[in-house]
Amino acid sequence: MRGPAFIDQLEAAVPGAVAGRSLEAIDPWLEIAPEKLLPACRWLKDSCEIRFDGLQCITAIDWFQPDAKKAAKVSWEPHTELVYHLWSTVARVSLVLKTKLPRWQGDKPGQLPEIASVVSVWRGADWHEREVYDLSGVMFVGHPDLRRILCPEDWEGYPLRKDYEMPLEYHGMRGR
Amino acid sequence: MAEFLMNTVGLPTWLAWSVTAGVAAFLILNVIAGGALVFIWAERKIAARIQDRLGPTRTGGRFGWLQSLADGIKLLAKEDLMPDGADTLLFRLAPYVSFCASFCAFIAMPFAFDVVGQRLNVGVFFVIAVLGLEVFGVILAGYASASKWSLFGAMREAAQVVSYEVPLGMCVVVPVMLAGSMDLVTIGEKQAGWLTNWYLFHDPFTFVIFWVYFTCAVASVNRAPFDLAEAESELVAGFHTEYSGLRWSFFFMAEYGSMFLVSGLAAVLFLGGWNGPIPIAELAGWSDGSAVTAPYAVRLLGCANLLAKATVGVLLMMWIRWTLPRLRIDQVMTTCLKYCTPIAAAMFAGVMLWQLFLPGGLLPGGRRTAIAVREGWLEQAVEKPEDSSAVSTDAGSSVSQQLAGVAER
Amino acid sequence: MSQVIEEDQRIIEFDVRTDEMLVNMGPQHPSTHGVLRLVLRTDGEIVSELEPHIGYLHRCAEKIGENLTARQWIPYTDRMDYLAAMNMNLGWSLAVEKLMQYEVSEKARHLRVLIAELGRIASHLVGMGAYGLDLGTFSPFLYAFREREKILDLFEEACGARLTYSYITVGGLTADLPPGWLQRCEAFLEQFEPIIREYHTLLTTNAIFVKRTAGIGVLSPEMAVDYGCTGPVLRGSGVDIDMRRDGESIYTAMYDGYAFEVAVMKDGHYPRDHEYPAVPVDAVLGDCWHRFFVRMLEVVQSMDLVRQAIDRYSRCKGPLGEPLKLAEKLPAGDAYLETECPKGQMGFYLVGDGSAIPWRVRARSSSFSNLAVAPELCRGCLIADVPAVVGSLDIVMGEIDR
Repeated sequence: MRGPAFIDQLEAAVPGAVAGRSLEAIDPWLEIAPEKLLPACRWLKDSCEIRFDGLQCITAIDWFQPDAKKAAKVSWEPHTELVYHLWSTVARVSLVLKTKLPRWQGDKPGQLPEIASVVSVWRGADWHEREVYDLSGVMFVGHPDLRRILCPEDWEGYPLRKDYEMPLEYHGMRGR
Repeated sequence: MAEFLMNTVGLPTWLAWSVTAGVAAFLILNVIAGGALVFIWAERKIAARIQDRLGPTRTGGRFGWLQSLADGIKLLAKEDLMPDGADTLLFRLAPYVSFCASFCAFIAMPFAFDVVGQRLNVGVFFVIAVLGLEVFGVILAGYASASKWSLFGAMREAAQVVSYEVPLGMCVVVPVMLAGSMDLVTIGEKQAGWLTNWYLFHDPFTFVIFWVYFTCAVASVNRAPFDLAEAESELVAGFHTEYSGLRWSFFFMAEYGSMFLVSGLAAVLFLGGWNGPIPIAELAGWSDGSAVTAPYAVRLLGCANLLAKATVGVLLMMWIRWTLPRLRIDQVMTTCLKYCTPIAAAMFAGVMLWQLFLPGGLLPGGRRTAIAVREGWLEQAVEKPEDSSAVSTDAGSSVSQQLAGVAER
Repeated sequence: MSQVIEEDQRIIEFDVRTDEMLVNMGPQHPSTHGVLRLVLRTDGEIVSELEPHIGYLHRCAEKIGENLTARQWIPYTDRMDYLAAMNMNLGWSLAVEKLMQYEVSEKARHLRVLIAELGRIASHLVGMGAYGLDLGTFSPFLYAFREREKILDLFEEACGARLTYSYITVGGLTADLPPGWLQRCEAFLEQFEPIIREYHTLLTTNAIFVKRTAGIGVLSPEMAVDYGCTGPVLRGSGVDIDMRRDGESIYTAMYDGYAFEVAVMKDGHYPRDHEYPAVPVDAVLGDCWHRFFVRMLEVVQSMDLVRQAIDRYSRCKGPLGEPLKLAEKLPAGDAYLETECPKGQMGFYLVGDGSAIPWRVRARSSSFSNLAVAPELCRGCLIADVPAVVGSLDIVMGEIDR
């Protein structure tokens, strides 16, 4: 069901969507090209025979090693990875989508990486995207109300990035 | 007492009356304030027992007798807070308005034959009207607090009290009609004798209307399940959200005072007032036929009777409060307008017809003979039951119009 | 009800010009279950818009998780859903075990079921009692806490803590049960069973309770799935999903051979519904009443499961097994696992990079998704319905804010 046939269907419906795959991993995943995420998700929810009608979780992983000594040893390039956990209440199967974004848009620090919002596909994505924006700094284009959700609205920085440092003070309170 | 002061002590008339009024007010105030303390303690104890807890156990030795007093001292010592945006004068005034309304109503409330602050020939009307004023305190508090929750509470209270005064007034008119008088003392005295003379058992309609009265009474004093004005899970604390310390406790005293008042009123109107289920005093020959000359022991017994009945009413309200969830505001209105008012109206008509066709009640003998031995001025009202019922029906409907007028205002 | 509101609105429109008012419900409010702030836009008593503001209890749990080993993070999961800490421990432990491809002993498996289902009963008791409180009745709250205390006593005997247990841990459990525990647990179940009838009398069938909950906050199954609602909220809408049956094999293997029926309405009937009060006429599938009733049924279901687990556990001969080392190395890779917690499906996701400290941990909170649907449910209701609706979602802020 989650085998190559299914991936071929997705590839046929949304050409150029599948950028990579790992079917041997503990949770088999598909890598989706960032610009194809929205059509791919829409296909998965509406047209695919296993209707993935539930978006359970969106996670952003910051692949960045702030320690220069350790950074020399790692095998990956610094990037931000978004992981979407989908679930079908009809077929009761799950699917993992991954997509790679630069840490900063155009490598300009301060410019948040952008990706299409999937709120139009799953309404439950609303708060999850706000949380990812708040804590990991990913800009979801097309989100109806992209504000910080857990941190205060005037908070600075994105705490779940690996190079994040607590502000020295916040409204007169000592940070560190 | 005023006559005694004027004639024996020789005080001028105005001073004699003032002193008399002062003494009466002092007595009422203390009885009620003391009563409120006891009821607050009882509520805590009863709530605890209902919920499998112990409640206060230590203050004042066993059973936490002095818990309310300790609470009172704590409240006295608390800082008197007022929100910045509050309307200072109204904010301070509101608790006293509530408190006064609740306590003033006791003036016309008889505790036994002639044991009454001021016997009024429109006693029923006075009590209901003055009790209705309590809502002004609540509205003032809600408006002056500069808090949205308080305002919500006040508006709910206003809507609720105004709507519940209508069926309440209609229920109250029934005993008035039966007794042919709006004097609470007369109404109470007419139920003298055995248990069967109580208006509760006068006919099936009065039995039903008693429960309607009780429901409306619970609603009009804002007790659960009708405590929407202070619904703590919705409106934080409703109209008294911003109050603290002694001011807050005035609202509480008013609430417990009103509870006691409506229960006492229920006792006088339906449950025989100060007359016990068995006319012990008459059987034992303590009162030789005339209530006026009855010895003090009989009056004391009457007081005890009334207090016991009112207390049972208050305890019933507490039991209800700690058992039922709260209604929603639109459901409260529905209960009032769709159920209580029509039922009360139908029962009112039923009692009227009953009076016309079965004036003596199903159990003959008891009522009229018991009354016949009473004071002469009572007799003229019962000489011709048909006439009296016709007269009192008129009186009743005019009273209900008046009450409706009060409620609409 | 809705008709009444519509008529009211028409009256307001034509007769009196009214202004909308913004009201802050919370973060210090008696019925917001912690530090939740709801901003209401109201017209009189009618709520036209509700917006939850969360984050007041944010404790950076995920960031902390990136600096601790997997087993060290167990106490932080305790503090997510602090009313069902055992189930949180279990979720994280299983997620780590999934990544490490580790399998616990059979005895530990049964003990985990036993403990997790007791935790579910405790959590649903609080949910039930607090819901009564939201609707203005105080007594059921204390009746529920009275029984919950007995479960906490059992937990205290087993692991020493009453709220934040850290009992179930990666690779097993921290300790075996003390002698005589199973008998005491059975005695509790014996004593608890008839009390459930009292709860039904006080709440489920109470006329006022039914009036306040039936037909209020109706959540359609489509919307529930779309918003990612899970647990009793989803099942209350008639969607037949329970991770204990439909989840991933590492989790469902725990419940292998256990007999239980998912508490969901099928063809107009709940499982074994002849034993329980009938569904009131006014109740609509997906309303507050059904969400509440599903929880009540799950209490009974969990009691059954506990009995079965006691039976299996006591027949297990093998050793319980030791939990993994505190600094056990995690393989490179990632794993995501959702378990059926009392509040809904709690997902834990972790990414290992070969060291003992995970590169990234993520907690997908069930209450988070369940609360997200509240604005939809509260549109056009009365202020008094807001606690009724939010309470029926049974949220815990510790889990939402993490």
